[in-house]
Amino acid sequence: QHGRLKVKTTEEQAEAKRLEREKKLRQYVSTTEAIFEKRKTGQLDKEALELTNHILGANPDFATLWNFRREIFLHLEEEGSVEEMQALCQGELSFLESCLRVNPKSYGTWHHRCWVMGRIPTPDWARELQLCSKFLESDERNFHCWDYRRFVVQRSEVAAEDELAFSDSLITRNFSNYSSWHYRSRLLPQLYPDPHQQGRLTEDVLLKELELVQNAFFTDPNDQSAWFYHRWLLGRADPEPTVRCVYVSREDASLTVAFSHPVAVAPAGHDLIVFGDESPLVVRWRTPDGRNRPGLMWLCDLPASALNDHWPQHTFRVLWSESQTQKECVLFKGNRDCWCQDSVTEEQVFRCDLSVEKSTVLQSELESCKELQALEPENKWCLLTIILLMRALDPLVYEHETLSYFETLKAADPMRAAYLDDLRSKFLIENTILKMEYAEACVVDLSQRNLTILCHLEHLLLVTHMNLSDNLLWTLPPSLAMMRSLEVRELAQHPSPCSNPLALPSQRTQESWLPAPPPALTH
Amino acid sequence: MAVVIRLPESIIAAACSRSGQRVLHVDSRNYYGGNWASFSFSGLLSWIKENQTKTDTTEESESWRELILDTEEAIPLDKEDKTIQNVEDFCYVSQDSADDVEETGALPQLSAFITSNICEAPQESEEECLHLDSRSLEAETGEIPPECVAKNDPESTTQSKGDVTSEREKCPDDATSGQSAVEAVTPEMASVTEAASPEPKKIIYSQIVKEGRRFNIDLVSKLLYSRGLLIDLLIKSNVSRYAEFKNITRILTFREGRVEQVPCSRADVFNSKQLTMVEKRMLMKFLTFCLDYEPHPDDYPDHKECKFSDYLKIQKLTPNLQHFILHSIAMVSEADSNTIAGLTATKNFLQCLGRYGNTPFLFPLYGQGEIPQCFCRILFCLSYGVECCSVTKCKAIIDHFGQRISASYFVVEDSYLTEKMCTNVCYSIIQTLEISILTVPPTETGQPAVRIIELCSSTMTCMKNTFLVHLTCSTNKNAKEDLEPIVQKLFTLDAEKETEVEKPRVLWAVYFNMKDSSNIDKSSYGSLPSNVYVCSGPDCALGNDYAVKQAEALFKEMFPKEEFCPPPPNPEDIIYDGDGTQPENPGFSSSSEAKPETSLEESSDGENSKVLEEHHEE
Repeated sequence: QHGRLKVKTTEEQAEAKRLEREKKLRQYVSTTEAIFEKRKTGQLDKEALELTNHILGANPDFATLWNFRREIFLHLEEEGSVEEMQALCQGELSFLESCLRVNPKSYGTWHHRCWVMGRIPTPDWARELQLCSKFLESDERNFHCWDYRRFVVQRSEVAAEDELAFSDSLITRNFSNYSSWHYRSRLLPQLYPDPHQQGRLTEDVLLKELELVQNAFFTDPNDQSAWFYHRWLLGRADPEPTVRCVYVSREDASLTVAFSHPVAVAPAGHDLIVFGDESPLVVRWRTPDGRNRPGLMWLCDLPASALNDHWPQHTFRVLWSESQTQKECVLFKGNRDCWCQDSVTEEQVFRCDLSVEKSTVLQSELESCKELQALEPENKWCLLTIILLMRALDPLVYEHETLSYFETLKAADPMRAAYLDDLRSKFLIENTILKMEYAEACVVDLSQRNLTILCHLEHLLLVTHMNLSDNLLWTLPPSLAMMRSLEVRELAQHPSPCSNPLALPSQRTQESWLPAPPPALTH
Repeated sequence: MAVVIRLPESIIAAACSRSGQRVLHVDSRNYYGGNWASFSFSGLLSWIKENQTKTDTTEESESWRELILDTEEAIPLDKEDKTIQNVEDFCYVSQDSADDVEETGALPQLSAFITSNICEAPQESEEECLHLDSRSLEAETGEIPPECVAKNDPESTTQSKGDVTSEREKCPDDATSGQSAVEAVTPEMASVTEAASPEPKKIIYSQIVKEGRRFNIDLVSKLLYSRGLLIDLLIKSNVSRYAEFKNITRILTFREGRVEQVPCSRADVFNSKQLTMVEKRMLMKFLTFCLDYEPHPDDYPDHKECKFSDYLKIQKLTPNLQHFILHSIAMVSEADSNTIAGLTATKNFLQCLGRYGNTPFLFPLYGQGEIPQCFCRILFCLSYGVECCSVTKCKAIIDHFGQRISASYFVVEDSYLTEKMCTNVCYSIIQTLEISILTVPPTETGQPAVRIIELCSSTMTCMKNTFLVHLTCSTNKNAKEDLEPIVQKLFTLDAEKETEVEKPRVLWAVYFNMKDSSNIDKSSYGSLPSNVYVCSGPDCALGNDYAVKQAEALFKEMFPKEEFCPPPPNPEDIIYDGDGTQPENPGFSSSSEAKPETSLEESSDGENSKVLEEHHEE
């Protein structure tokens, strides 16, 4: 039609595109060949830089070429002056920036930038920080850029305050950014460390952070980054590994050590030493299941000389060199066994998930979560947080309420029903252990609790009678071997799942479940 | 042929041109845009004069009659623009020594854009014709001294209403006008320099006159919805390359005597200090529902009687939230908007969020008047008078030089024919470097809500240290009576009084009423030739959807089979008639060494020019 532009048809366009692609490919291949030839013959010159420019400019993920460039740089560094090196590096930095625009997540490019910043005679770190901010503006979750930022911050000693302000600005713009929240969790303990608890924050800062994160989860309760940060805020630093319990049995002539964390002990090593009446004993360590993998419990057979029925008492002391902790117990004449155990209540061993912060803080968090739950009855993050807060506040007082929240949570999040059942089982066992402590009992009744797993058995070292009947347990864990004193276990299952290994006669002694002990050491 | 170059006409003209039609654009005014125009300060003063002096120029030159063929019948076109009424301007600052001051740069800013035009309308057999007559003469030459402008002669009619106020005032030094032109789209540019030290120097009238060219004062105050039809059209047709935009940075409301920021995006809600935690949740929940309300008809009443304001109450939203949603997010009338209308408006607002920033609106740098010009990168005449039009089927018009121009289709502004209302304003607000929109809800029922748009100097619409503020409402009485109470609530009018620290000071203001002819049917203009198409003036809505819809509808009427404003082809895909060979591919030189660099340059060029590319979200 008159007056109109003539435009190529789709086929013509496609053909033109194909030709162009072919031409590009030929150039790419020939340039690559030329580069490899140069590398082979050791021509580490500026022309080689020029050639690799062309390829890396189009495809920054060609790692070999970055290596070649580094070789050339090292060579030119030897030959040229400092000024030349500076100019060369500056050129490289701007080239790298253009490569990052091609692919902002190119491993090779970011790595090469670190390398160049390490070689450049006078680095301009402020500019690098700006570059990071720019790239994080276009993609606030680019972890390559986050890594590079941390590198820049570390090398140029940027103040933690400034970085915290940077994290503020990113969160203000979009709080669905776990990178920024995480960055805070690294900066805040540096800036406002709690003098009493390592890795924690002073209370005023903590309260401010709690308010900030509350804003996030009230605005969007389905955003998990805020909930994770919330959990970090209420969490506490992992306690130091320690020896929790020492148990000596005259009958077995054995000594058992329970740890707070899984540890590895060499069978004949020197990091765990037993003194019998103040003289070191030669023992061989093993785990209750005989596999000698890192575990919570290690035991050894005591040499006959260490146990004498006629002596009024024997003192056993265990020294663990890793944490410089020791525990001592005394076996009196006529006693079957003796032990020394930490109190689970005093040490608050079951509150690891959430902190021992002032209960007022936890209480107010619980209230606002309940408020949110009233508005969002189906929100799983909110429900889970309520459960965790209740456990941190008082696991026994809130036991009944916690269980009903578990029911709601399972209905709201059926995909994770099995996980929630296991978590519920864990909490129930913890509660039982806490109650035992008040009663000083060696009988455990875990029947009819709908348990799906057994855990914390290392705390049941002294238990002699255990009732596990009417639960949903499918197998007994190998860790059952940790219950060294167990004599009676009731396992009646009702209703009985078919082909269940637990559908066994209810009276059984523990020995039949223990693997044969390894051959005794000959002394 | 399009007579008058306003937004709808310019879009139609651009669409016609894209479909291979030759377009002649003429306008009897010596500026672009009709009621969509932007003026420099002196330009605005001329416009005020023009609309205030009712000089009767009825001595009709009958010379055009000679050019009418015997078989033709002529309809005279209205020469007066009756769409603007009740123009009153006020100066609140010292006018001493203002007389001898002239705007620097001599010419009104409009003249710079006058293009040498002429593209003939296709000649066809003439049966009827349209008549043109001049209101003023300096067509293609481009240089129009401001004095020549006032040749229009509107009669004072009382039925039309609407107004404009324009004022400005001192405020902290902003220092952004220089750089914002470069970094136009990012509102952050402004906030970076926000800390610049405040210089409380007084601005006097002579300074305003002197710096008059820094002003681009729009007659209509509108914003672009970032997913509105106009933005889509700008992108689709690639016209966006001719314009730059800034995101509106704040949405404000006036409540209990205070101006408050309205949290509307997710980030706003998160950062808001004025909402309680529970309110945050309720607001987000409600907004999330609005985004996708259609599939849940059980959750809202669909009968017409249920007002949106009542629905918000039923939803148990706090009064705070009801206010925000009703007046600043849905921006619907409390008295007479039903639930569906409110939900639709809220949804529209929310869908526009996040495309170019944290608010749903964009403002074109240098003012609204830029947009018609962008579409008009075709060609046309300014100051080209049209005096009368002949009837039944138009074939030609006769211009004021006595030249007869024939065309197949005629697109005419309604002011050229004969006859609701919106008000419209300019003045200034709060000392921040933001672009804000503020809705002042009516204090009594029956009164219209007033929409206020405040523009800082980085929008290139006002001089440094001032703000340009537009107030718009639908007319109740007349511009001044409707708007002055609001002006007095928000601003200080007395320039010398320093006691009222909180309120910004008004420097100068103009009030006027503008006719809203958007709902008038073509038939009400009497019997027009079937190939004469009438575009209405600006409507009083905030967005520009109406003008775009109208342009598309008229275009479809003219050319039912043509695509409306298709994207232009890639330059590489154009086949040039000359030799039939393709031009040398500019992106890829034959030397192998140069390859990667050139391709890089290309991509970075692309980045700079695509002002309207979407942000990468998520």
